[in-house]
Amino acid sequence: MTTATETHQQKADLPPPAATVGIVGWLRENLFGSVPSTILTLLAAYILYLVVPPLVSWSIINATWTGADSNACKLADGARKDGACWIYIQAWIGGYMYGLYPYDLRWRIDIAAVLAVVMFAPLAIKRLPYKDLYGIAVILLYPVVAYFMFKGFIDFAPGAPGSTDHPWRVVQTDKWGGLALTLLIASVGIIASLPLGVLLALGRRSTMPIVSTFSVLFIELWRGVPLITVLFMSSVMLPLFLPEGVNFDKLLRALIGVTLFSAAYMAEVIRGGLQAIPKGQYEAAMALGLNYPRMMALIVLPQALRYVIPNIVNTFIGLFKDTTLVAIIGMFDLLGAIQLGNADPKWLGFSIEGYAFAAVLYFVFCYGMSRYSQHLERKLHTGHKKR
Amino acid sequence: MTATASPLKSSKSDEVAIQIASMHKWYGEFHVLKDINLTVYKGERIVICGPSGSGKSTMIRCINRLEEHQKGTIAVDGVELTNNVKNIDAIRREVGMVFQHFNLFPHLTVLENCTLAPIWVKKMPKKDAEAVAMKYLERVRIPEQALKYPGQLSGGQQQRVAIARSLCMSPKIMLFDEPTSALDPEMIKEVLDTMVGLAEEGMTMLCVTHEMGFARTVANRIIFMDRGEIVEQNEPKEFFANPRSERTRLFLSQILHH
Repeated sequence: MTTATETHQQKADLPPPAATVGIVGWLRENLFGSVPSTILTLLAAYILYLVVPPLVSWSIINATWTGADSNACKLADGARKDGACWIYIQAWIGGYMYGLYPYDLRWRIDIAAVLAVVMFAPLAIKRLPYKDLYGIAVILLYPVVAYFMFKGFIDFAPGAPGSTDHPWRVVQTDKWGGLALTLLIASVGIIASLPLGVLLALGRRSTMPIVSTFSVLFIELWRGVPLITVLFMSSVMLPLFLPEGVNFDKLLRALIGVTLFSAAYMAEVIRGGLQAIPKGQYEAAMALGLNYPRMMALIVLPQALRYVIPNIVNTFIGLFKDTTLVAIIGMFDLLGAIQLGNADPKWLGFSIEGYAFAAVLYFVFCYGMSRYSQHLERKLHTGHKKR
Repeated sequence: MTATASPLKSSKSDEVAIQIASMHKWYGEFHVLKDINLTVYKGERIVICGPSGSGKSTMIRCINRLEEHQKGTIAVDGVELTNNVKNIDAIRREVGMVFQHFNLFPHLTVLENCTLAPIWVKKMPKKDAEAVAMKYLERVRIPEQALKYPGQLSGGQQQRVAIARSLCMSPKIMLFDEPTSALDPEMIKEVLDTMVGLAEEGMTMLCVTHEMGFARTVANRIIFMDRGEIVEQNEPKEFFANPRSERTRLFLSQILHH
């Protein structure tokens, strides 16, 4: 055989043209690419010019950072200065954090917070042995620990020695408050509503008519009612239906209300994820001999939940902010505590600072959740194409 | 398609692996499978062909209860398929299935895809399951991909993983539902070669496919289906040389000469 075969020479890779790279390339491409784009760029610059300098001067340059009392924030004639009065926040920060919790017992909440960090931190270790088991154990154990840290152990009769100064005396839940209460309600709601939502979503798709009817009714009922109504019902109406003398805790009732409410939303979010799973996944799992619970737990839910991480976090953020509604049934969560501070006669006229601080705190937590969800999405992405 | 031109040695025995008798199936009002009677012997390799919509996939999916039949009986290895969950589980443990679209679990690595069922269904210790999985991944010649995710593999590689995943459950019977239809032409051969290898080892196989070269060399028997019925079945040589029914002749002329 002497016939020569032709060999195809592959062309070399070249760098992209210079005009499309570098700062000038970037500016041209992103900010001044076309006439509308240029107009929008200039408009945005103008809006920033209108908003940013006054904000900076109010919150930082002209703000009062030190001082003994509200007089430091006032001019000689008693009118308030132009800038923000951050010493009000400094004076009330304890109230914001702990609400009406007894002053001498606030360390118990601090310890509960430290314990949360210590107990959950190992979960950040990549190759922790028995990580799943540890995670479940911590999620079940921590609430018990936190409950006793918040509540205390020893229930003194009113007036008995120790009833006002014992370090482990009981603090009733109506005294719990501030950011601590907000985080408590939000985390209980978040942690309990996810598994409940999964069960409801599976129930709604069940082929058993009783299970699916119950799930549909439950979901539609709770979604069809505003959270405020749920909270009012739980605090005002529920006691009317309970027999005389039976009185369960107002906080517990609110927690159940918030949890069931967001479980209904969660169920619909998760159902959306379940619908995105191709039938072939179920078939492959069944063909391998997996039974229904294993098929769901090992194959379907891990994928379905991954698809809807952004929506789940969306619901969590909504829930986190909705916890402020408990202020309406007489609890002093973060927003309630801030309103308490705004009504303080020593600090009248500084409510803007209080609300601004609340906004910043809420934003920090919500943005944190959002960032974490993006991190999760990246971490769980396995490069598969959606079919 | 396959390298071997002469038919494979038959490993067919007299023991019955699958017995389907007077089986009917309806989708609502639509009668998809009509009076199916089929006996598959251990070690037998059957290729099922026919136009689309003829019920061939539905028939093999009835064998592991991915579809439910409404009349007649199906018995796999002596166990009858009824609504009894125990029987269904027992049969699914014996029967492996490979799908047209692979259906690998995208959230698990190749190795995890293979070890999942042995660990959870057979209660095999993880170490042993991984050893078994590596053995079969070597056999389909992709052990080096074990730690990748399915989305990072080519179609042919994914289908070979799917075959290995089924084999990890040590099935006695393998069902193939158009295993090469979703593959690029360059990748069909690697999958068919894997299946030929399986056939050489005496696996009982039912394969829905249009790869007639594969059918010619590997099958003991070819079944032709049309409109929910088995129209004709014969050994490959006779099937291609002297198709008995007009419908078979038409089908063969359409797929063999284009």
